[in-house]
Amino acid sequence: MSELSVNHLLGIKNLQREDIELIFKTADNFKRIINQPIKKVPTLRDITIANLFFENSTRTKLSFELAEKRLSADVINFSSSSSSVKKGETLVDTVNNILAMKVDMVVIRHPNPGAAEFLSRNVKATIVNAGDGAHEHPTQALLDSFSIRERLSQVKGKKVVIIGDVLHSRVALSNIHCLQKLGAEVAVCGPSTLIPKFINSLGVHHYSDLKKALNWCDVANVLRIQLERQDVNYFPSLREYSMVYGVNKEILDSLEKEIVVMHPGPINRGVELSSDLADSDFAIILDQVENGVAIRMAVMYLLAGKLKK
Amino acid sequence: MEKQIVSSNQFEIMIERLAHQLIENHSDFSETILVGLQPRGVEFNSRILERLIEITKNKNIVSGSLDITFFRDDFGRRDTPIEAQELDMNVSVEGKKVVLIDDVLFTGRSIRAAMDALMSFGRPKQVELMVLIDRRLKRHLPIQPNYVGKTVDSIFSERVVVKWKSENEEVKDEIILLKSEE
Repeated sequence: MSELSVNHLLGIKNLQREDIELIFKTADNFKRIINQPIKKVPTLRDITIANLFFENSTRTKLSFELAEKRLSADVINFSSSSSSVKKGETLVDTVNNILAMKVDMVVIRHPNPGAAEFLSRNVKATIVNAGDGAHEHPTQALLDSFSIRERLSQVKGKKVVIIGDVLHSRVALSNIHCLQKLGAEVAVCGPSTLIPKFINSLGVHHYSDLKKALNWCDVANVLRIQLERQDVNYFPSLREYSMVYGVNKEILDSLEKEIVVMHPGPINRGVELSSDLADSDFAIILDQVENGVAIRMAVMYLLAGKLKK
Repeated sequence: MEKQIVSSNQFEIMIERLAHQLIENHSDFSETILVGLQPRGVEFNSRILERLIEITKNKNIVSGSLDITFFRDDFGRRDTPIEAQELDMNVSVEGKKVVLIDDVLFTGRSIRAAMDALMSFGRPKQVELMVLIDRRLKRHLPIQPNYVGKTVDSIFSERVVVKWKSENEEVKDEIILLKSEE
Protein backbone atom coordinates (compact mmCIF):
# COMPACT_ATOMS: atom_id res chain seq x y z
CA MET A 1 0.00 0.00 0.00
CA SER A 2 1.37 3.38 -0.89
CA GLU A 3 -1.67 5.56 -0.28
CA LEU A 4 -3.88 6.26 2.73
CA SER A 5 -7.44 4.94 2.65
CA VAL A 6 -8.76 8.24 4.02
CA ASN A 7 -8.74 11.82 2.70
CA HIS A 8 -8.70 13.47 6.14
CA LEU A 9 -7.13 12.51 9.45
CA LEU A 10 -10.11 12.83 11.79
CA GLY A 11 -9.40 10.03 14.23
CA ILE A 12 -7.58 6.74 14.59
CA LYS A 13 -10.94 4.98 14.56
CA ASN A 14 -11.33 5.61 10.80
CA LEU A 15 -7.86 4.28 9.94
CA GLN A 16 -6.89 0.77 8.84
CA ARG A 17 -3.88 -0.98 10.31
CA GLU A 18 -2.18 -0.62 6.90
CA ASP A 19 -2.68 3.16 7.04
CA ILE A 20 -0.90 3.33 10.38
CA GLU A 21 1.95 1.18 9.08
CA LEU A 22 2.31 3.38 6.00
CA ILE A 23 2.44 6.49 8.20
CA PHE A 24 5.17 4.86 10.33
CA LYS A 25 7.21 3.83 7.30
CA THR A 26 7.00 7.34 5.89
CA ALA A 27 7.84 8.84 9.30
CA ASP A 28 11.02 6.70 9.42
CA ASN A 29 12.21 8.57 6.34
CA PHE A 30 11.25 11.95 7.74
CA LYS A 31 12.99 11.20 11.02
CA ARG A 32 16.18 10.68 9.05
CA ILE A 33 15.60 13.95 7.22
CA ILE A 34 15.10 16.02 10.37
CA ASN A 35 18.43 14.70 11.65
CA GLN A 36 20.32 15.79 8.54
CA PRO A 37 22.42 18.98 8.38
CA ILE A 38 19.68 20.57 6.25
CA LYS A 39 16.41 19.48 7.81
CA LYS A 40 14.09 20.48 5.03
CA VAL A 41 12.64 19.01 1.84
CA PRO A 42 10.83 20.94 -0.91
CA THR A 43 7.96 18.44 -1.28
CA LEU A 44 4.95 20.58 -0.26
CA ARG A 45 6.17 23.88 -1.66
CA ASP A 46 2.91 24.51 -3.54
CA ILE A 47 0.64 23.59 -0.61
CA THR A 48 -0.78 26.08 1.89
CA ILE A 49 -1.74 24.90 5.35
CA ALA A 50 -3.77 26.78 7.96
CA ASN A 51 -3.33 25.95 11.63
CA LEU A 52 -6.59 26.73 13.43
CA PHE A 53 -6.25 26.52 17.17
CA PHE A 54 -9.46 27.23 19.06
CA GLU A 55 -7.84 25.96 22.24
CA ASN A 56 -4.50 26.61 23.90
CA SER A 57 -1.59 24.48 22.82
CA THR A 58 2.15 24.89 22.80
CA ARG A 59 3.79 21.69 21.75
CA THR A 60 1.21 20.41 19.28
CA LYS A 61 1.04 23.77 17.55
CA LEU A 62 4.82 24.13 17.40
CA SER A 63 5.20 20.55 16.24
CA PHE A 64 2.67 20.96 13.43
CA GLU A 65 4.14 24.27 12.38
CA LEU A 66 7.66 22.90 12.33
CA ALA A 67 6.54 19.81 10.40
CA GLU A 68 4.85 22.06 7.82
CA LYS A 69 7.92 24.24 7.48
CA ARG A 70 10.24 21.25 7.15
CA LEU A 71 8.07 20.15 4.22
CA SER A 72 8.30 23.67 2.70
CA ALA A 73 4.55 24.30 2.89
CA ASP A 74 3.24 27.84 3.30
CA VAL A 75 1.79 28.21 6.78
CA ILE A 76 -0.77 30.55 8.29
CA ASN A 77 -1.66 30.50 11.96
CA PHE A 78 -4.87 31.38 13.66
CA SER A 79 -5.80 31.34 17.29
CA SER A 80 -9.29 32.01 18.53
CA SER A 81 -8.26 34.41 21.29
CA SER A 82 -7.23 37.06 18.75
CA SER A 83 -9.89 36.56 16.08
CA SER A 84 -13.42 37.32 14.93
CA VAL A 85 -14.66 34.19 16.70
CA LYS A 86 -14.90 36.58 19.63
CA LYS A 87 -17.26 38.69 17.49
CA GLY A 88 -19.64 35.77 16.97
CA GLU A 89 -18.54 34.22 13.69
CA THR A 90 -19.46 30.53 13.20
CA LEU A 91 -16.84 27.81 12.70
CA VAL A 92 -17.83 27.08 9.08
CA ASP A 93 -17.77 30.80 8.23
CA THR A 94 -14.37 31.26 9.81
CA VAL A 95 -12.92 28.31 7.94
CA ASN A 96 -14.55 29.20 4.61
CA ASN A 97 -13.15 32.71 4.86
CA ILE A 98 -9.70 31.24 5.38
CA LEU A 99 -10.20 28.80 2.50
CA ALA A 100 -11.23 31.66 0.21
CA MET A 101 -7.59 32.70 0.49
CA LYS A 102 -6.73 29.42 -1.28
CA VAL A 103 -5.71 27.13 1.55
CA ASP A 104 -5.33 23.40 0.79
CA MET A 105 -5.19 21.86 4.24
CA VAL A 106 -6.55 22.77 7.66
CA VAL A 107 -5.10 21.59 10.96
CA ILE A 108 -7.73 22.14 13.63
CA ARG A 109 -7.85 21.94 17.39
CA HIS A 110 -11.24 22.65 18.93
CA PRO A 111 -12.82 22.18 22.38
CA ASN A 112 -15.90 20.47 20.91
CA PRO A 113 -15.77 16.73 20.12
CA GLY A 114 -16.51 16.11 16.44
CA ALA A 115 -15.44 19.57 15.27
CA ALA A 116 -12.92 18.14 12.80
CA GLU A 117 -15.41 15.69 11.34
CA PHE A 118 -18.04 18.43 11.08
CA LEU A 119 -15.60 20.58 9.12
CA SER A 120 -14.61 17.75 6.81
CA ARG A 121 -18.25 17.42 5.78
CA ASN A 122 -18.86 21.14 5.35
CA VAL A 123 -15.76 22.68 3.82
CA LYS A 124 -13.61 21.85 0.84
CA ALA A 125 -10.16 21.20 2.25
CA THR A 126 -8.16 18.36 3.74
CA ILE A 127 -8.71 18.32 7.51
CA VAL A 128 -6.20 17.14 10.11
CA ASN A 129 -7.56 16.77 13.62
CA ALA A 130 -5.14 18.16 16.19
CA GLY A 131 -7.47 17.36 19.09
CA ASP A 132 -11.24 17.76 19.37
CA GLY A 133 -12.48 18.03 22.95
CA ALA A 134 -12.25 14.74 24.82
CA HIS A 135 -12.74 12.78 21.57
CA GLU A 136 -9.56 12.08 19.56
CA HIS A 137 -6.02 13.34 19.13
CA PRO A 138 -4.81 11.08 16.32
CA THR A 139 -1.30 12.44 15.71
CA GLN A 140 -0.47 12.09 19.42
CA ALA A 141 -1.56 8.43 19.39
CA LEU A 142 0.46 7.82 16.23
CA LEU A 143 3.60 9.32 17.70
CA ASP A 144 3.10 7.38 20.94
CA SER A 145 2.87 4.06 19.10
CA PHE A 146 5.73 5.10 16.83
CA SER A 147 7.87 5.78 19.91
CA ILE A 148 6.96 2.38 21.39
CA ARG A 149 7.87 0.74 18.09
CA GLU A 150 11.18 2.58 18.10
CA ARG A 151 12.05 1.65 21.70
CA LEU A 152 10.71 -1.92 21.82
CA SER A 153 11.14 -2.72 18.08
CA GLN A 154 7.43 -3.48 17.64
CA VAL A 155 4.01 -2.65 19.06
CA LYS A 156 2.38 -6.01 18.41
CA GLY A 157 2.04 -8.12 21.54
CA LYS A 158 3.15 -5.34 23.90
CA LYS A 159 1.15 -4.46 26.99
CA VAL A 160 0.40 -0.80 27.50
CA VAL A 161 -1.31 0.76 30.49
CA ILE A 162 -2.74 4.27 30.30
CA ILE A 163 -2.69 5.85 33.75
CA GLY A 164 -4.72 8.76 35.08
CA ASP A 165 -7.41 11.03 33.75
CA VAL A 166 -8.80 8.78 31.01
CA LEU A 167 -12.25 10.37 31.24
CA HIS A 168 -11.14 13.79 30.00
CA SER A 169 -8.44 12.51 27.69
CA ARG A 170 -8.59 12.48 23.90
CA VAL A 171 -5.07 11.05 23.98
CA ALA A 172 -6.36 7.96 25.80
CA LEU A 173 -9.13 7.16 23.31
CA SER A 174 -6.91 7.64 20.26
CA ASN A 175 -4.17 5.60 21.91
CA ILE A 176 -6.52 2.73 22.70
CA HIS A 177 -7.69 2.56 19.05
CA CYS A 178 -4.17 2.87 17.68
CA LEU A 179 -2.55 0.31 19.98
CA GLN A 180 -5.33 -2.21 19.47
CA LYS A 181 -5.17 -1.87 15.68
CA LEU A 182 -1.45 -2.58 15.88
CA GLY A 183 -2.03 -5.69 18.02
CA ALA A 184 -1.06 -4.42 21.47
CA GLU A 185 -2.98 -5.12 24.68
CA VAL A 186 -4.29 -2.05 26.46
CA ALA A 187 -5.40 -1.44 30.04
CA VAL A 188 -6.24 1.69 31.97
CA CYS A 189 -5.46 2.58 35.56
CA GLY A 190 -6.85 5.32 37.77
CA PRO A 191 -9.61 6.16 40.24
CA SER A 192 -13.03 4.94 39.02
CA THR A 193 -14.28 8.52 38.85
CA LEU A 194 -11.74 9.25 36.12
CA ILE A 195 -12.39 6.10 34.07
CA PRO A 196 -15.31 6.19 31.59
CA LYS A 197 -18.10 3.66 32.18
CA PHE A 198 -17.95 2.21 28.67
CA ILE A 199 -14.25 1.38 28.87
CA ASN A 200 -14.82 -2.40 29.03
CA SER A 201 -16.72 -2.31 25.75
CA LEU A 202 -13.44 -1.29 24.08
CA GLY A 203 -11.82 -4.48 25.35
CA VAL A 204 -9.77 -2.57 27.89
CA HIS A 205 -9.22 -3.81 31.43
CA HIS A 206 -9.40 -1.37 34.33
CA TYR A 207 -6.83 -1.65 37.13
CA SER A 208 -7.50 0.37 40.24
CA ASP A 209 -4.21 -0.76 41.81
CA LEU A 210 -1.24 1.11 40.32
CA LYS A 211 1.38 -1.46 41.30
CA LYS A 212 -0.58 -4.34 39.72
CA ALA A 213 -0.99 -2.37 36.54
CA LEU A 214 2.71 -1.54 36.36
CA ASN A 215 3.68 -5.15 37.00
CA TRP A 216 1.46 -6.22 34.09
CA CYS A 217 2.64 -3.73 31.49
CA ASP A 218 5.65 -3.15 29.21
CA VAL A 219 4.81 0.51 28.73
CA ALA A 220 3.11 3.01 31.03
CA ASN A 221 1.59 6.06 29.34
CA VAL A 222 0.95 8.56 32.13
CA LEU A 223 -1.67 11.21 31.43
CA ARG A 224 -1.89 14.70 32.83
CA ILE A 225 -4.64 15.51 35.29
CA GLN A 226 -6.69 17.95 33.22
CA LEU A 227 -7.88 20.31 35.91
CA GLU A 228 -9.19 22.74 33.31
CA ARG A 229 -11.71 20.18 32.06
CA GLN A 230 -12.89 19.05 35.48
CA ASP A 231 -16.04 20.87 36.48
CA VAL A 232 -16.60 18.86 39.68
CA ASN A 233 -14.16 17.20 42.06
CA TYR A 234 -13.26 13.71 40.90
CA PHE A 235 -10.80 13.02 43.73
CA PRO A 236 -10.27 14.54 47.18
CA SER A 237 -7.01 16.40 46.48
CA LEU A 238 -4.05 16.48 44.13
CA ARG A 239 -1.84 15.38 47.03
CA GLU A 240 -3.94 12.31 47.62
CA TYR A 241 -4.08 11.53 43.90
CA SER A 242 -0.33 11.73 43.60
CA MET A 243 0.13 9.48 46.65
CA VAL A 244 -2.08 6.75 45.18
CA TYR A 245 -1.60 7.11 41.42
CA GLY A 246 1.56 9.18 41.06
CA VAL A 247 4.26 7.21 39.23
CA ASN A 248 7.74 7.61 40.74
CA LYS A 249 11.16 6.01 40.63
CA GLU A 250 10.61 4.14 43.88
CA ILE A 251 7.64 2.17 42.48
CA LEU A 252 9.48 1.45 39.25
CA ASP A 253 12.52 0.14 41.14
CA SER A 254 10.27 -2.21 43.14
CA LEU A 255 8.95 -3.91 39.96
CA GLU A 256 10.30 -7.22 38.72
CA LYS A 257 10.99 -5.79 35.26
CA GLU A 258 11.95 -2.64 33.48
CA ILE A 259 9.18 -0.66 31.83
CA VAL A 260 9.05 2.33 29.51
CA VAL A 261 7.38 5.50 30.76
CA MET A 262 5.63 7.91 28.40
CA HIS A 263 3.79 11.18 28.90
CA PRO A 264 2.03 13.27 26.24
CA GLY A 265 2.96 16.50 28.06
CA PRO A 266 2.71 18.97 29.58
CA ILE A 267 3.82 17.25 32.79
CA ASN A 268 2.58 18.31 36.20
CA ARG A 269 5.84 17.40 37.91
CA GLY A 270 5.21 15.81 41.27
CA VAL A 271 1.52 15.10 40.55
CA GLU A 272 1.13 12.26 38.04
CA LEU A 273 4.87 11.79 37.46
CA SER A 274 7.77 12.45 39.80
CA SER A 275 10.53 14.76 38.67
CA ASP A 276 13.40 12.26 38.97
CA LEU A 277 11.49 9.72 36.89
CA ALA A 278 10.59 12.21 34.17
CA ASP A 279 14.30 12.94 33.74
CA SER A 280 15.45 9.30 33.95
CA ASP A 281 16.25 6.76 31.23
CA PHE A 282 12.92 5.01 31.78
CA ALA A 283 11.14 8.00 30.27
CA ILE A 284 11.01 8.55 26.51
CA ILE A 285 9.12 11.83 26.77
CA LEU A 286 11.55 13.86 24.68
CA ASP A 287 11.77 11.10 22.05
CA GLN A 288 8.00 11.41 21.76
CA VAL A 289 8.35 15.12 21.04
CA GLU A 290 11.00 14.51 18.38
CA ASN A 291 8.96 11.75 16.77
CA GLY A 292 5.93 14.06 16.79
CA VAL A 293 7.48 16.22 14.09
CA ALA A 294 8.33 13.19 11.91
CA ILE A 295 4.84 11.69 12.34
CA ARG A 296 3.12 14.98 11.49
CA MET A 297 5.34 15.39 8.43
CA ALA A 298 4.34 11.89 7.32
CA VAL A 299 0.63 12.54 7.86
CA MET A 300 0.63 15.81 5.95
CA TYR A 301 2.83 14.41 3.19
CA LEU A 302 0.53 11.44 2.65
CA LEU A 303 -2.67 13.51 2.82
CA ALA A 304 -1.28 16.19 0.49
CA GLY A 305 -0.43 13.42 -1.97
CA LYS A 306 -4.15 12.80 -2.29
CA LEU A 307 -4.91 16.39 -3.29
CA LYS A 308 -5.05 15.80 -7.01
CA LYS A 309 -3.71 18.63 -9.06
CA MET B 1 8.28 -6.57 -28.08
CA GLU B 2 11.67 -7.10 -26.46
CA LYS B 3 15.09 -6.40 -27.88
CA GLN B 4 18.35 -7.05 -26.09
CA ILE B 5 20.64 -4.05 -26.33
CA VAL B 6 23.41 -5.16 -23.97
CA SER B 7 24.33 -8.80 -23.47
CA SER B 8 25.82 -10.33 -20.36
CA ASN B 9 29.36 -10.20 -21.81
CA GLN B 10 29.07 -6.62 -22.96
CA PHE B 11 27.67 -5.76 -19.54
CA GLU B 12 30.79 -7.06 -17.82
CA ILE B 13 33.04 -5.06 -20.17
CA MET B 14 30.98 -1.92 -19.57
CA ILE B 15 31.33 -2.15 -15.78
CA GLU B 16 35.05 -2.77 -16.22
CA ARG B 17 35.47 0.28 -18.46
CA LEU B 18 33.42 2.58 -16.19
CA ALA B 19 35.45 1.48 -13.16
CA HIS B 20 38.68 2.31 -14.98
CA GLN B 21 37.34 5.70 -16.07
CA LEU B 22 36.56 6.50 -12.45
CA ILE B 23 40.06 5.47 -11.34
CA GLU B 24 41.54 7.68 -14.07
CA ASN B 25 39.73 10.76 -12.73
CA HIS B 26 39.70 10.06 -9.00
CA SER B 27 43.06 8.30 -8.42
CA ASP B 28 42.99 7.15 -4.77
CA PHE B 29 39.32 8.13 -4.07
CA SER B 30 40.31 9.89 -0.83
CA GLU B 31 38.22 12.95 -1.73
CA THR B 32 35.47 11.04 -3.52
CA ILE B 33 32.06 9.72 -2.48
CA LEU B 34 30.07 7.39 -4.72
CA VAL B 35 26.33 7.90 -4.31
CA GLY B 36 23.79 5.46 -5.76
CA LEU B 37 20.25 6.72 -6.33
CA GLN B 38 17.38 4.70 -4.92
CA PRO B 39 16.11 2.31 -6.04
CA ARG B 40 17.92 1.23 -9.23
CA GLY B 41 21.17 3.10 -8.93
CA VAL B 42 22.08 1.40 -5.66
CA GLU B 43 22.66 -1.97 -7.30
CA PHE B 44 24.77 -0.33 -10.00
CA ASN B 45 26.76 1.53 -7.35
CA SER B 46 27.52 -1.63 -5.38
CA ARG B 47 28.64 -3.42 -8.56
CA ILE B 48 30.98 -0.56 -9.50
CA LEU B 49 32.28 -0.39 -5.94
CA GLU B 50 32.96 -4.11 -5.85
CA ARG B 51 34.94 -3.88 -9.09
CA LEU B 52 36.84 -0.77 -7.93
CA ILE B 53 37.95 -2.54 -4.75
CA GLU B 54 39.10 -5.56 -6.78
CA ILE B 55 41.16 -3.39 -9.11
CA THR B 56 42.62 -0.85 -6.67
CA LYS B 57 42.72 -3.01 -3.49
CA ASN B 58 41.50 0.16 -1.76
CA LYS B 59 38.92 -0.76 0.86
CA ASN B 60 38.37 2.83 2.01
CA ILE B 61 36.26 4.04 -0.89
CA VAL B 62 33.26 5.85 0.61
CA SER B 63 29.80 5.22 -0.78
CA GLY B 64 26.20 5.97 0.15
CA SER B 65 22.72 5.78 -1.23
CA LEU B 66 20.32 8.64 -1.69
CA ASP B 67 16.53 8.65 -1.78
CA ILE B 68 15.04 11.46 -3.85
CA THR B 69 11.32 10.85 -3.23
CA PHE B 70 10.73 14.06 -1.27
CA PHE B 71 12.71 16.16 -3.76
CA ARG B 72 10.85 15.10 -6.91
CA ASP B 73 8.99 17.70 -8.93
CA ASP B 74 5.95 15.54 -9.68
CA PHE B 75 4.50 15.34 -6.14
CA GLY B 76 0.71 15.10 -6.33
CA ARG B 77 0.82 14.87 -10.12
CA ARG B 78 1.06 11.09 -10.32
CA ASP B 79 -1.82 8.63 -10.03
CA THR B 80 -0.07 6.57 -7.38
CA PRO B 81 2.43 8.13 -5.02
CA ILE B 82 5.98 6.85 -4.90
CA GLU B 83 7.05 5.15 -1.71
CA ALA B 84 10.15 6.53 -0.12
CA GLN B 85 13.16 4.22 0.11
CA GLU B 86 15.92 3.71 2.61
CA LEU B 87 18.53 6.42 2.65
CA ASP B 88 22.09 5.71 3.71
CA MET B 89 24.19 8.84 3.83
CA ASN B 90 26.32 8.76 6.95
CA VAL B 91 28.90 11.01 5.39
CA SER B 92 29.12 14.72 4.90
CA VAL B 93 29.67 15.68 1.29
CA GLU B 94 31.16 19.04 2.32
CA GLY B 95 34.13 19.77 0.04
CA LYS B 96 34.07 16.26 -1.52
CA LYS B 97 33.88 15.11 -5.11
CA VAL B 98 30.59 13.26 -5.51
CA VAL B 99 29.74 10.81 -8.26
CA LEU B 100 25.98 10.32 -8.61
CA ILE B 101 25.22 6.87 -9.96
CA ASP B 102 21.96 5.83 -11.62
CA ASP B 103 20.95 3.12 -14.07
CA VAL B 104 19.05 4.99 -16.78
CA LEU B 105 19.23 8.70 -17.59
CA PHE B 106 16.08 9.77 -19.39
CA THR B 107 14.32 13.10 -18.78
CA GLY B 108 16.97 14.26 -16.30
CA ARG B 109 14.34 15.10 -13.67
CA SER B 110 15.53 12.54 -11.12
CA ILE B 111 19.08 13.81 -11.42
CA ARG B 112 17.84 17.37 -10.80
CA ALA B 113 16.06 16.07 -7.67
CA ALA B 114 19.15 14.11 -6.65
CA MET B 115 21.31 17.22 -6.83
CA ASP B 116 18.88 19.04 -4.53
CA ALA B 117 18.78 16.10 -2.14
CA LEU B 118 22.57 15.91 -2.16
CA MET B 119 22.92 19.56 -1.14
CA SER B 120 21.07 18.70 2.11
CA PHE B 121 24.24 16.91 3.17
CA GLY B 122 26.60 19.82 2.60
CA ARG B 123 28.29 21.66 -0.25
CA PRO B 124 30.22 19.25 -2.47
CA LYS B 125 33.28 20.51 -4.33
CA GLN B 126 32.16 18.85 -7.53
CA VAL B 127 29.32 16.61 -8.68
CA GLU B 128 29.63 14.12 -11.52
CA LEU B 129 27.09 11.78 -13.02
CA MET B 130 27.56 8.18 -14.10
CA VAL B 131 24.79 6.25 -15.85
CA LEU B 132 24.60 2.83 -17.38
CA ILE B 133 22.25 3.89 -20.16
CA ASP B 134 21.84 7.37 -21.59
CA ARG B 135 18.58 7.79 -23.53
CA ARG B 136 19.86 10.97 -25.05
CA LEU B 137 16.91 12.13 -27.15
CA LYS B 138 14.40 12.69 -24.37
CA ARG B 139 15.99 15.15 -21.97
CA HIS B 140 13.63 17.68 -20.31
CA LEU B 141 16.43 19.46 -18.47
CA PRO B 142 19.97 20.47 -19.44
CA ILE B 143 21.75 17.56 -17.75
CA GLN B 144 24.62 15.53 -19.24
CA PRO B 145 26.38 12.49 -17.80
CA ASN B 146 30.16 12.36 -17.30
CA TYR B 147 30.42 8.57 -17.59
CA VAL B 148 28.10 6.55 -19.85
CA GLY B 149 27.81 2.79 -20.26
CA LYS B 150 25.89 2.94 -23.49
CA THR B 151 23.95 5.59 -25.36
CA VAL B 152 20.56 4.57 -26.69
CA ASP B 153 18.28 6.44 -29.06
CA SER B 154 14.72 5.52 -28.21
CA ILE B 155 11.26 6.98 -28.45
CA PHE B 156 9.08 7.92 -25.47
CA SER B 157 6.79 4.89 -25.58
CA GLU B 158 9.75 2.50 -25.31
CA ARG B 159 11.21 1.42 -22.00
CA VAL B 160 14.73 0.42 -21.09
CA VAL B 161 14.97 -2.32 -18.47
CA VAL B 162 18.21 -3.19 -16.71
CA LYS B 163 18.35 -6.69 -15.25
CA TRP B 164 20.92 -7.45 -12.53
CA LYS B 165 22.13 -10.98 -11.94
CA SER B 166 22.31 -10.42 -8.17
CA GLU B 167 18.54 -9.90 -7.94
CA ASN B 168 17.74 -13.46 -8.85
CA GLU B 169 19.83 -16.57 -9.49
CA GLU B 170 18.21 -17.25 -12.85
CA VAL B 171 18.63 -13.73 -14.17
CA LYS B 172 21.69 -12.76 -16.18
CA ASP B 173 23.01 -9.22 -16.41
CA GLU B 174 21.43 -7.69 -19.48
CA ILE B 175 19.72 -4.59 -20.74
CA ILE B 176 16.63 -4.80 -22.90
CA LEU B 177 14.49 -2.37 -24.82
CA LEU B 178 10.73 -2.87 -24.47
CA LYS B 179 8.49 -1.57 -27.22
CA SER B 180 4.84 -1.05 -26.47
CA GLU B 181 2.61 -3.26 -28.60
CA GLU B 182 0.44 -0.92 -30.56
